[in-house]
Amino acid sequence: MSKNIDKQIHSEQAMCVNQSELQSKWYQNIKYLIVGILFGIVFVKAEIISWFRIQEMFRFQSFHMYGVIGSAVITGIISVWLIKKFNIKTIAGETVVFHDKVFNKGNVYGAIIFGLGWAITGACPGPLFAQIGSGATVIVVTLLSAVFGTWVYGYFKDKLPH
Amino acid sequence: MSIIDFVKQPWPWYVAGPLIGLTVPTLLLIGNKSFGISSSLRHACAACFPANIPFFKYEWKKEIWNLVFVLGIFIGGFLAMQFLENPNALVVNEKLATYLSNFGITDYSGLVPNQIFNWQNLLSLKGFLMMIVGGFLVGFGTRYGGGCTSGHAIMGLSTLQWPSLVATCCFMLGGYFMANFILPFILAL
Repeated sequence: MSKNIDKQIHSEQAMCVNQSELQSKWYQNIKYLIVGILFGIVFVKAEIISWFRIQEMFRFQSFHMYGVIGSAVITGIISVWLIKKFNIKTIAGETVVFHDKVFNKGNVYGAIIFGLGWAITGACPGPLFAQIGSGATVIVVTLLSAVFGTWVYGYFKDKLPH
Repeated sequence: MSIIDFVKQPWPWYVAGPLIGLTVPTLLLIGNKSFGISSSLRHACAACFPANIPFFKYEWKKEIWNLVFVLGIFIGGFLAMQFLENPNALVVNEKLATYLSNFGITDYSGLVPNQIFNWQNLLSLKGFLMMIVGGFLVGFGTRYGGGCTSGHAIMGLSTLQWPSLVATCCFMLGGYFMANFILPFILAL
């Protein structure tokens, strides 16, 4: 595999590339803490992090999760469209940067593997944090196992089909 | 009904969904950040045990906002449970309740079934498969797949990325297969 393709995959999989060119001070991270807190509250109150709701979703027994994800996506699409259309700047005055994702086979194989895990644990990565916060302390083990899973992926990355 | 009682009820999808969707422009506008959560697991690896693996050799300190964000999610989960907890047990589809009762799952007080997800069960085969193997699949799969529900389904679809649509379909497919065809065997253990 050429180095270029490898680099492309690498950056594609760095989901949260830091798009801000500005140097930020530590206290500027507080705003992310606040957004995270609000987000965690919504997770719990809408029962999105409930194992039972996830089972209902995958067994087609409730509209709830489809409604949540669907309306979230529609809200996201409209917001992004508005940001692009009116060239809305960040609070620091920067232009908002969007990154195109480059397809690789991991988007299929990896996503299927994640789906299998999601239906077992009833949680994608975000809900794991909220579940622990909500008092299910044993989920710390699930989270550490997920970190280990990520590490194992990193270790075998070059040997996996992409 | 007081406001606080009103808030304590489970929030409907049409309230929660748009609020989650608004996370996308919020993160973009407050710091030019793309919404994504599973990356925090990668940053944790890079920060704690990079082990000279190229995939973990990058400047994780620049991504610290992401770790702060998930810390917030943890605190949010705690606050919601302490102060805004729904006093009533979760109401699920009757078919699901009947089905799960076959496997001895009858406690709906927690967000996860306490009868399975507890410290005592951790080293039983069922507990091991559900808590440890399940977590491993989530961590391995999200990174191999390039993202999770937030990064692909919400952020990716919001910016109309077709690889994210493929990934979203694939993880829904994996979840459908697990929930309907494999999980029953695990629950029966």
